[in-house]
Amino acid sequence: MSVLVIAEHDGKLLKPGTTNTVTAAAKIGGDIVVLVAGHQCADAAQAAAKISGVSKVLLADSPLYAGGAAENLTALIQTVAAQYSHILAPATGYGKNFMPRLSALLDVQQISDISAVVSADTFVRPIYAGNAMATVQSADTIKVITVRATGFDAAAEGGSAAVENLAAGPDTGLAKFNGQELSKSDRPELTAARIIVSGGRGMGSGDNFKILEALADKLGAAVGASRAAVDSGYVPNDYQVGQTGKIVAPELYIAVGISGAIQHLAGMKDSKVIIAINKDPEAPIFAVADYWLVEDLFKAVPEMTQQV
Amino acid sequence: MKVLVTVKRVIDPYVKVRVKSDGTGVETANVKMAMNPFCEIAVEQAVRMKEAGIVTEIVVVSVGTQQSQETLRTAMAMGADRGILVEVAGEVQPLAVAKLVKAIVDKEQPKLVIMGKQAIDDDSNQAGQMTAALLGWPQSAFTSAIAVNGDTADVTREIDGGLEKLTIKLPAVVTTDLRLNEPRYVTLPNIMKAKKKPLEVLKPEALGVDVTPRLKTVKVEEPAKRSAGVKVADVQELVAKLKNEARVI
Repeated sequence: MSVLVIAEHDGKLLKPGTTNTVTAAAKIGGDIVVLVAGHQCADAAQAAAKISGVSKVLLADSPLYAGGAAENLTALIQTVAAQYSHILAPATGYGKNFMPRLSALLDVQQISDISAVVSADTFVRPIYAGNAMATVQSADTIKVITVRATGFDAAAEGGSAAVENLAAGPDTGLAKFNGQELSKSDRPELTAARIIVSGGRGMGSGDNFKILEALADKLGAAVGASRAAVDSGYVPNDYQVGQTGKIVAPELYIAVGISGAIQHLAGMKDSKVIIAINKDPEAPIFAVADYWLVEDLFKAVPEMTQQV
Repeated sequence: MKVLVTVKRVIDPYVKVRVKSDGTGVETANVKMAMNPFCEIAVEQAVRMKEAGIVTEIVVVSVGTQQSQETLRTAMAMGADRGILVEVAGEVQPLAVAKLVKAIVDKEQPKLVIMGKQAIDDDSNQAGQMTAALLGWPQSAFTSAIAVNGDTADVTREIDGGLEKLTIKLPAVVTTDLRLNEPRYVTLPNIMKAKKKPLEVLKPEALGVDVTPRLKTVKVEEPAKRSAGVKVADVQELVAKLKNEARVI
């Protein structure tokens, strides 16, 4: 058995999620090979080589893979896919985009968003926004799997795998990458943050998120939001924590003015400690909170910023 | 140009799902059903493009039980022109859905396929990208803006750190994200009109697609519950608990 892990990276560093995916690969068993595909991404390949348990790194460095568009990336992975029993990628916006495309090209039914490995062919994955956990078994020859990072610890450093160059695959010419507009923030990324402060519809406006940002900066935390807050246009979609946004499991999750819709809980209920601040004593978020405070957030949050 | 949109009938997103006691799945009998929210966004996008004069015909497709006809009627009440149901009684997994949609695309020859990014029942997030792969078409998953310019489309995609911009060749498959649009409510006159729109029912065999599930569901369970929390009286107590009891700050 040999497992191929597709690394998510920014050219220099691996993105959080990649090392957790390596841990999932280790639970499956067999050799672990990491593919780093991108443009000018040799540094990321060196970072992948240092992950403990990785036996080899494949580096596909070509302008074809700038931006990571799915069409050319899947055409590349197809050139090596037959050598592996499993192909894994993090279930992030990156992995979710191209993995199903790869899966269909290989005529394989993908297993999305696994949170546990039972055996080499059986996996646990959440369905219905995490309100049920399904154990599924695959009979496909190659198993194509996306991995929920919060279900697995990050693999440690300490490896020294060889980096081999992999020749670029065909240019499908189907899509042209015109660039990215990344949110500028000095705060940690949501999926990597130790503490997250999230706001919901109760914030009332995008401007009011400033009081959350002040608390987040005092705690060194990331700022998130519920889908309701995104839908209301208070903050961009990449703030969204939930079934349709990011899945997070920080050490501390502070939910402010969030009622606790099923779809939000799906994205944060694996956090180690959850606190909720809401003026509605019936808010469903309290059912998952370790500590909850019934108070007006506009009074409680500034007070908390002073006291922490 | 012609657009093909897909819709899925799912448990209403505001209904709390219950796991069946025998562990075979979740309870769907006598549960309120609705169109998958991301499919609503897909239909809305097609209707807006028709209103803008870019699209001439909207064909809406569903794969599911006979009751999915209701979902197709809803899409037609929103503005789709005609419906196709691929009637299947049991579970249909995303790869089979993609094969069925491809077979219909081969017949209908649309220039654009718009699908929801994920269905909120199995949360697979696969069918759109798979359909694009099987057709050999470009894809724009998690799309928040589309502008068609002749034989290409400029698309904006939601990515983890922000937005990504691509130019894709048409025909293509686009999957919808939340901020693409806000779906309209259907009105009674439009519901009445939709009843008269054509709706074709096909079987998967007629399209030459094997829909046998590839993944076997071993069991379905309730997730682990969190232990009950503590209500605190004020911010001072909250901060003290975080520092001394939970030790997270």
